Amino acid sequence: MNGWADPAPRAVDGRAPDVFSTAGTVPMRQFSDRDAVDFAIVGTGCGGGVLAAKLAEAGFSVVAFDAGPFWRPLADFASDEREQDKLYWLDPRISAGDDPVEFGQNNSGRAVGGSTVHFQMVALRFRPEWFASRSRLGYGVDWPVDWRTMWRYYDEVERACAISGPVNYPWGPKRHYPYRAHEVNAAGQVLARGAEALGVPWAPTPLATVSAPRGKSPPCVYRGMCKIGCSTNAKQSVLITFIPRALDAGAEIRDLAMVGRIETEDGRATGVEYHRDGQWRFQRARNVVCAGYSIETPRLLLNSASGAHPHGLANSSGNVGRYLMVHLNDAVWGVMEDEIRWYKVPPSMACCEHWNYIDDKDFDGGYSFMSQGPLPTDFARMLVTNEGVFGDELHRQMALYNRMAGLKMVGETMPQADNRVTLADEHDDLGLPRAHVTYSCCDNDRRMRRHARDFMARMLAAAGGSELLETGSTAHLMGGCRMGNDPETSVTDSDGRTWDIPNLWVCDGSLMPTAGGVNPSMTIMANAARIADRITALAGRGEAERAHG
Amino acid sequence: MTGRFHPPYPGWNVLDKWDSPSFNDVTRAVLRKRLEEVPKRRFFTRKEWPTLQALCDTVLPQNHNADPVPLANWIDAALHEERGSGTRHADMPAPPRAWRQGLAALDAEARARGAADFASLMPDARGALLHDVDAGRLRTDWQRLPARRFFRNLVLAEIVAIYYSHPTGQSEIGFGGPASPRGYVRLQPNRADAWEAPPGQWEETP
Ligand SMILES: Cc1cc2nc3c(=O)[nH]c(=O)nc-3n(C[C@H](O)[C@H](O)[C@H](O)COP(=O)(O)OP(=O)(O)OC[C@H]3O[C@@H](n4cnc5c(N)ncnc54)[C@H](O)[C@@H]3O)c2cc1C
Ligand code: SF4
Repeated sequence: MNGWADPAPRAVDGRAPDVFSTAGTVPMRQFSDRDAVDFAIVGTGCGGGVLAAKLAEAGFSVVAFDAGPFWRPLADFASDEREQDKLYWLDPRISAGDDPVEFGQNNSGRAVGGSTVHFQMVALRFRPEWFASRSRLGYGVDWPVDWRTMWRYYDEVERACAISGPVNYPWGPKRHYPYRAHEVNAAGQVLARGAEALGVPWAPTPLATVSAPRGKSPPCVYRGMCKIGCSTNAKQSVLITFIPRALDAGAEIRDLAMVGRIETEDGRATGVEYHRDGQWRFQRARNVVCAGYSIETPRLLLNSASGAHPHGLANSSGNVGRYLMVHLNDAVWGVMEDEIRWYKVPPSMACCEHWNYIDDKDFDGGYSFMSQGPLPTDFARMLVTNEGVFGDELHRQMALYNRMAGLKMVGETMPQADNRVTLADEHDDLGLPRAHVTYSCCDNDRRMRRHARDFMARMLAAAGGSELLETGSTAHLMGGCRMGNDPETSVTDSDGRTWDIPNLWVCDGSLMPTAGGVNPSMTIMANAARIADRITALAGRGEAERAHG
Repeated sequence: MTGRFHPPYPGWNVLDKWDSPSFNDVTRAVLRKRLEEVPKRRFFTRKEWPTLQALCDTVLPQNHNADPVPLANWIDAALHEERGSGTRHADMPAPPRAWRQGLAALDAEARARGAADFASLMPDARGALLHDVDAGRLRTDWQRLPARRFFRNLVLAEIVAIYYSHPTGQSEIGFGGPASPRGYVRLQPNRADAWEAPPGQWEETP
């Protein structure tokens, strides 16, 4: 129970919501539970949404399930932080370890389109070397994929999401953003000023919101409420890009459909048990793909244990749920002489990847940081949970809201086996065991955090910030079902196919073997686009289950 | 700590834009409900209620508000509706129990300081007590409820989430308020659109 009265399922009777309308629908192909579809995909975010569209376009029959609602942004998204809590995954996860993770709001979504419905649209690429961080840089593990392959798929998904970015991006191999960069707001100019004072490059942040009209999307109106859902459809979320493509190509989307279990027989997946409209049902499928993100994907695999798979599916190596990573999300805030009014425009208009591309540091891995523009309750919550301020002092600090600026890091944590998802003893309203998540930073994580706080504080001071305040937090999830070349140390191969069960796949952020020092959505989407092409190629060669092909 | 609080944007009220393009129907519906339908007490007992109200008054004093935001009612409603936050720390009971236990612990701490209960302490003494709780200077047994986590992650986080998503809290800090379909045009420092608060006035430069 999460306290929300969800709407009734909307993708029903052969129609799905038209996300560009306030009440309209578009036609949707529907499949019967009894007919085995080629692919049952669990989750419709960066991984599942992209995969559903591309597999349907390749001619496969696809049903994609999401536990959350199918929103129409124009009609459903209010300019109100509290109301828009409805976009997040609010059912409790048990959080343990030395540095327990905060879920919900700053961590994961529950809607058709996944966490991209409320993500902040920062669209960055991995540094090429990170795909081989063990062999090239001496830490973490290598990805089972070459960076040049990933680079091609970044191009593909950046075009699909019409990323607005600068003509010359200062770091890494050349890239071409399809839409021009947005104007950098006052908060971003603080970062720019600080960077110039310290002699490091900065850039307007590449963002997944359009700077000019695109199809039915108007250009961004700079209302700044991206994190609580874009009510104009300027934001190029999976909900308004890949989901319409998937529907067009004949995929079925089942909203408000929580998959509780994957069934297996004779070493193969046979379909998914899901809860929709008050009842449990079973969808037969030739292939099942887990795309529920780094907590729900391991939870589902673990909860699908059976006689033949006593420790959960795809878990003979014991790696399901392990090597979970977050991004360090510490920040430094300061009071400026100017009125900044950081609530305008998307929150992170300027970025700095300097420390992602410098290797002479006292820690492994990298971090980027961005200018900030938190909405009022978001900022207040950070103040009180970090500082414990209340009373007149809280009023005084909040009264400076319009004069604040901040820099916040996205820092790469190290993959550690004991940072993991397991099943808790208690159950949710559907009777499914809740996720229990353990997270503890390692020394390297702590050294990086210190470095970043010091550097951001120097930069903010150089830009004229006073009364500097440091806060700590984490964001994003990576890993939990990592891909690799070795069945002993990974859950899937480089195609996302689980080592143990040939027609069971993973395609989401949980595949990531390392976290990188940038926000993960573009990497997850690029990887999903790549996996879709691999599956199509494998099926062409008769190496993947397929109905007609 | 400063004395009485002077909001830097006197006279600014985001609700004045109600009929403008900054508000759309869905936002108006949500806010109308928030402003007009204040939920009745359903979760907390009659005995717990004064403690909760005193706690809200101490965390966010509203003497300067002609029409104070009914924080306690919204906390009560969220608990009644089992509204989750997505996280439960392994060392914390579920929110309903944590809140009950925490309020009782605040009363016990007040008694250990010679008062009848938390609500009957003077405002300054309540503030001092909460600072003690936050710093772990406890005089009573909290029975495995982590005092600081309860105070920061449940009490403070919930109260500010209610206050600063309310037009009263938003207006006070000069936030632009609802902004759809119309967003903003002037993005430079010290520039504001006609539909934003005029320049703020701060007592002293901090
Ligand atoms: C507040 C916030 C801001 C962010 N900002 C950025 C940013 O600026 N840039 C960036 O790159 N990244 C950002 N991210 C991260 C990014 O959104 C995620 O990394 C990405 O969406 C993860 O993709 P995914 O496909 O793995 O999972 P998701 O996109 O989360 O999709 C998973 C979906 O699966 C569904 N699901 C899970 N379990 C089940 C089940 N059992 N049955 C049915 N459905 C299920 C969920 O409801 C969800 O919709 C942000 C995240 C948050 C929370
Ligand atoms: S700032 Fe742009 S992307 Fe963000 S919510 Fe507004 S219109 Fe959407």
